[in-house]
Amino acid sequence: MVAMDSNTLIPHLFRNEYSKIVAVLVKRFGLDQIEIAEDLASETFLTATQTWGIGGVPDNPTAWLYQVAKNKAINYLKREARFNTKITMDLKSPPPDPDEPSIDLSEKNIHDSVLQMMFVVCHPSISAEAQISLSLRVLCGFGIDEIAAAFLVTKETINKRLFRAKEKWREEGIRIELPGGSHIESRLENVLTTLYLLFNEGYYSVSQNKTIRKDLCLEAIRLCSLLIENKNTNQPAVDALMSLMCFHISRFDARTDKNGELILYEDQDIALWNMNWIHKGGYFLHQASRGEKISKYHLEAGIAYWHTQKNDDHEKWEAILQLYNQLLLLEYSPVAALNRTYALFRAKGPEGMFLAIKEAEKLNLTDNQFYFILLGELYSGIDPVSAKNNYLKALSLCRTSADKQAIKKKVDKLDAEIPGR
Amino acid sequence: MEEFILLFRLDLLTKEAQPSPEQMQIYMKQYHDWVGGIAAQNKFIGGKGLSTEGKVLKSHQVITDGPFVEIKESIAGFIMIRAQDFEEAVSLSKDCPMLNGEGNSVEVRRITGGS
Repeated sequence: MVAMDSNTLIPHLFRNEYSKIVAVLVKRFGLDQIEIAEDLASETFLTATQTWGIGGVPDNPTAWLYQVAKNKAINYLKREARFNTKITMDLKSPPPDPDEPSIDLSEKNIHDSVLQMMFVVCHPSISAEAQISLSLRVLCGFGIDEIAAAFLVTKETINKRLFRAKEKWREEGIRIELPGGSHIESRLENVLTTLYLLFNEGYYSVSQNKTIRKDLCLEAIRLCSLLIENKNTNQPAVDALMSLMCFHISRFDARTDKNGELILYEDQDIALWNMNWIHKGGYFLHQASRGEKISKYHLEAGIAYWHTQKNDDHEKWEAILQLYNQLLLLEYSPVAALNRTYALFRAKGPEGMFLAIKEAEKLNLTDNQFYFILLGELYSGIDPVSAKNNYLKALSLCRTSADKQAIKKKVDKLDAEIPGR
Repeated sequence: MEEFILLFRLDLLTKEAQPSPEQMQIYMKQYHDWVGGIAAQNKFIGGKGLSTEGKVLKSHQVITDGPFVEIKESIAGFIMIRAQDFEEAVSLSKDCPMLNGEGNSVEVRRITGGS
């Protein structure tokens, strides 16, 4: 054994292994016993912290954890069996020997259990925010304070969410298993939606903690790869979602400067774009190009692909415009509508500027800061005064300081152009 | 908000009137841009294209090969949109690029009854 600083190794190890141990125990005990499973897992890590702190980290920490988890679980089962037998049987006759209970922590059972846990966590009867909190706690092993920090809410709020969700499981009689043949596609949709929201939290979130935000993105990607690795759940839409996340995360480090301020796409340093992630994105986009169904993830992945091409030609913006046209037919969202209009503006060139402005004004999203930012952008080339007014309206709707900074910079640039200032 | 259906009529049958593949690409792009604009305003409900084959059934067990052509143009497809009123529905339809073609038409009807 090596006496090592267990403070650095333990957090990541615990996060990974927590979800696996909990999933296997839940599979063994049943979903209504999830609190027992979580307690046993937590006790395992507590024992690890205490033991390793003194004797150092073992050569195979994972195997150590699994052995201890198994022992604790088996002891629990034996105690339960003895307890149940004691109160149901005549005390004079000896209780029957229970079969030696066992816990299966093989790679296959871990994989299957975690996958089934994903479907349970992303159950449609649970609210979207509870699904994300549950995912982070149960599937990703995040601590309650980490989750609270990620969403800028209190620990009590998170605990309440988790509690209510578990109550829902009991009410609905939900079990830990893969949904049956005809249901799996619609349930998979729920899972993908949750992973997408989880990724978005990390990518666009309000929390200032950059490490946590990137972890959220990476967890979404990790969970998505579990779906890809299993032939029951490996559908084109899953590859498409994976592709889209890889393309986006490739720019993660380029999006903020050392002060945590947002750097817009056109100002980013391409050298900071991660080519490995871009290649992965391309690989999964190719994998997704099978079957007959186009999901919104396919379209968004296509759009994300074009954004990894920095050259600003007509072909790029025309392609993005067509992808947004299709996306809006599938599912309307204000973000897609605004981005589509921007793509129209870039694709049409200078002659199309008034057309783009007309289309933008038709959107009429007057409670949305990004609507006014778009108008500001469109007017910048031809009417700085209107542009500035739109940016000022956007400013009044802004919530985060990062967004405010970005807009203020644009206003300052315009002030330099407005005559008589 | 009300719902409207827009029925697109084009000459689908006269051989000489059919667009070449290159023209088709241009028309499709114009069409997608127009519908995309409606979808961006959150006013698009749904729509389908229709194939050229068809049958028409009439009373007295009469069945003929469709589409139903009393005029040269037949229904090529339809979309459904949301709009405040008829006036807005018509205004949204005015920019339909199919109207650039001679003889083409867009019929706007209000959808009544329950969903």
